[in-house]
Amino acid sequence: MKTTGWEHYSHVADIGVRGFGPTREAAFAQAALALTAVVCDLERIEPKEQVTIECDAEDDAALLFASWLNAVIYEMATRNMLFSRFEVAISPQRLCARAWGETLDVEKHHPAVEVKAATYCDLKVQQNDQGNWVVQCIVDV
Amino acid sequence: MAVEKLRRQSQSQWIIEPSGKMRVPVVIFADERLIAGIDEKVCEQAANVAALPGIVTASCVMPDAHQGYGFPIGGVAAFDADRGGVISAGGVGFDISCGVRSLRTGLTVDDIEPVREKLAEALARGIPAGLGRSGELTLSTSRIDEVLEGGARWAVDCGYGTPADLERIEEKGCMAQARPQYVSPQAKKRQSDEVGTLGSGNHYLEVQKVTEVCDANIAQIYGIKEGDVVISIHCGSRGLGHQIATDFLPQMVKQAASSGIELPDRELACAPISSRVGQEYLAAMRCGVNCALANRQVLTHLCRRIFDQVLPKASLTLLYDVSHNTCKVEEHCVDGKLRTLHVHRKGATRAFGPNHPSLPPDLRKAGQPVLIGGTMGTASYILAGTETGMSLAFGSCCHGAGRAMSRRQAKTQWQGKELVKSLAHKGIIIRGASYRGIAEEAPGAYKDVTWVVDATEKAGLAKKVAKLEPVICVKG
Repeated sequence: MKTTGWEHYSHVADIGVRGFGPTREAAFAQAALALTAVVCDLERIEPKEQVTIECDAEDDAALLFASWLNAVIYEMATRNMLFSRFEVAISPQRLCARAWGETLDVEKHHPAVEVKAATYCDLKVQQNDQGNWVVQCIVDV
Repeated sequence: MAVEKLRRQSQSQWIIEPSGKMRVPVVIFADERLIAGIDEKVCEQAANVAALPGIVTASCVMPDAHQGYGFPIGGVAAFDADRGGVISAGGVGFDISCGVRSLRTGLTVDDIEPVREKLAEALARGIPAGLGRSGELTLSTSRIDEVLEGGARWAVDCGYGTPADLERIEEKGCMAQARPQYVSPQAKKRQSDEVGTLGSGNHYLEVQKVTEVCDANIAQIYGIKEGDVVISIHCGSRGLGHQIATDFLPQMVKQAASSGIELPDRELACAPISSRVGQEYLAAMRCGVNCALANRQVLTHLCRRIFDQVLPKASLTLLYDVSHNTCKVEEHCVDGKLRTLHVHRKGATRAFGPNHPSLPPDLRKAGQPVLIGGTMGTASYILAGTETGMSLAFGSCCHGAGRAMSRRQAKTQWQGKELVKSLAHKGIIIRGASYRGIAEEAPGAYKDVTWVVDATEKAGLAKKVAKLEPVICVKG
C-alpha cells in the first residue's frame, strides 16, 4: 500500500473520501484532494492562486477532520474556486492550511456535482500499525 | 437484508422489536420485493433512531429507504418535547427542506411537441443549474435575512410570482418562527448568489406529461388529466441549508454529551428540544425551510418567464410544493390523545390526509398532494395523503425512487453521453452541465419508482393519483 494518497469508497446515497499519509497533516491534505475529486478531475485544476484556510482546533481529532473538510467546502463555495494542492499544519489551537487552485470554470473543469458537507458518518482518524494515518468520512452530495 | 430478522406484522409492515437501547420498535413499510433488497444498514440506522430519547410510537422507515448518515434516508421519527424528546440536525439532513414543486401548465403534449428542442434549450439557458452557475440575484446579508424570514412570501412580495401561489405551498409559503440571528454569517454568505438556483446532484427541473390517471376524482380536484404537461422542480435550501447543518452538528454532539444522550453514531447528533441548542437549531432550520421555499418560488418565476417566450399560451399555476427534509411541529393523535410532536422527515414527504386543517380549502376533500420524483428516465408520481397514513406514520410517505447503487458504481457502469443518447431515443431530452454527473444519476442506479409507490399505496400511506413521464430534464 502506498503511504501517501487518497481514494473514494462507496456509500449508497453519497460517497466516502479517504486520505492517507505518514503524518496526520499529510492525510488531511490527501483527503481534501479526494474531496475535490468528487467534484471534478484533479488534473483539470491549475494551482494558480494560493489561499489560506483555517479552522478552530477541536479536542476530538475526528471532529477536527470533519471541520477541515467543511472549511474546504466553504472556501470552494464562497470563493467559487477549486483546489488541487493542499498543505496542512495543525497546532493545538488551530488548523491552518494553504490551498492552491483557481476560479471554477464550467467549460474547463466540467464539475460533476457539488459537495454539500462532510458528515460524521463513517468518520475516522486513525493511525495504523505501521504508523501511517488514515482519515475518512462520507460526504453529502 | 436477512428478512427472517424482521417480524412481518401485515402485508406491508415489517417490525424490528425493541431490543438493547431501543425505546420503540422499528416499522418498515415495504412489500416483499423491496424488503428483499433493503440494506442491513437501514435497519441498523432505524434501530439507532428508535433509541433516541422521547421518540413516540415507532421509528418509521418508508418503502424507498436506503442507507443515510445517522438517520436512514426515508426515515420518519416523532419526538415529544415534554417527554425529553430531541431534535436532530442529522434527522433533517444537510439539504434542509429539499423538496418538489409541481406546476400545471394548461398545455397538452401536442402543444409542446413542435417546440421541444427550443424549450429544452431555453430552460437549460435560463435555469441556473449545476455547480458554478449563480442566480440572478446577489443579496446582501440584510436582504438574505428577509428571505429567511419571509420564504416564498418574500419572493412574491419582490414580484416573483403571485399571492395565489402561496396557497399551494406548505405553511402558505412562509415558515413561522424562523430566526435569522441563529444562522451564521458563513451560511448567509454561502447563499448570497444562490437564491434561484437548482443546485446539483439529484436536483432537476423536468417537463413531464401525465401518462396515467389512477384516481379520476382526486386528479380532477388537483386539476390534472391524462395528456397534460406538468413541470416539476426538485431542489432545496442550497448552501445556506448545508451550512446550517454543518454549523449545528458539532454543537449537537456536545449538547448530547452534556445531556447524557449516548450516540451510537455521531451523525445522530441531537439536542433536547427544550435545550438552548435545540431551540436555536429549530429557529435556524426554519430559516432553511424559508430559503428553500423562496428558492423554488424564484425558479418558478424563471420558468414562467421562459414559457412566456417559448409558449406564451401556457399558464403556470402551482399544483403543490412539498418538502422532504424537515422537522415540523405537528399535532398527532397517539393512543387516542392529541399530542404536539416534532416530526422529523429525512427523505420522507409529509402526506396529510383529507380534511386536515393545514390544507387549502380546495384540496381539503382530496388530501394533500404528495409529489414523488423519479429518475431522469423513469416516471414520477402524484399521490394523495390518506386518513390511514395519519395513524401509520404521522402523515408521511416515501419521497422518490431511492438510490439502489452508489455514485461510484453508477459512474463505472454507465457513460453520460450514451445515457443521453438512449434517453433521446425514448423521447426524453436531457440537458446537464456534466456527463459524469448524468452517469452518476443514471436511472438504473435507483430502485424502481413504481415498486416504491405501489408499496406506499398498499401500505395505506398514500394513494396513487397520477403517473408522470419526463419529456425534458434539466439536470442540476
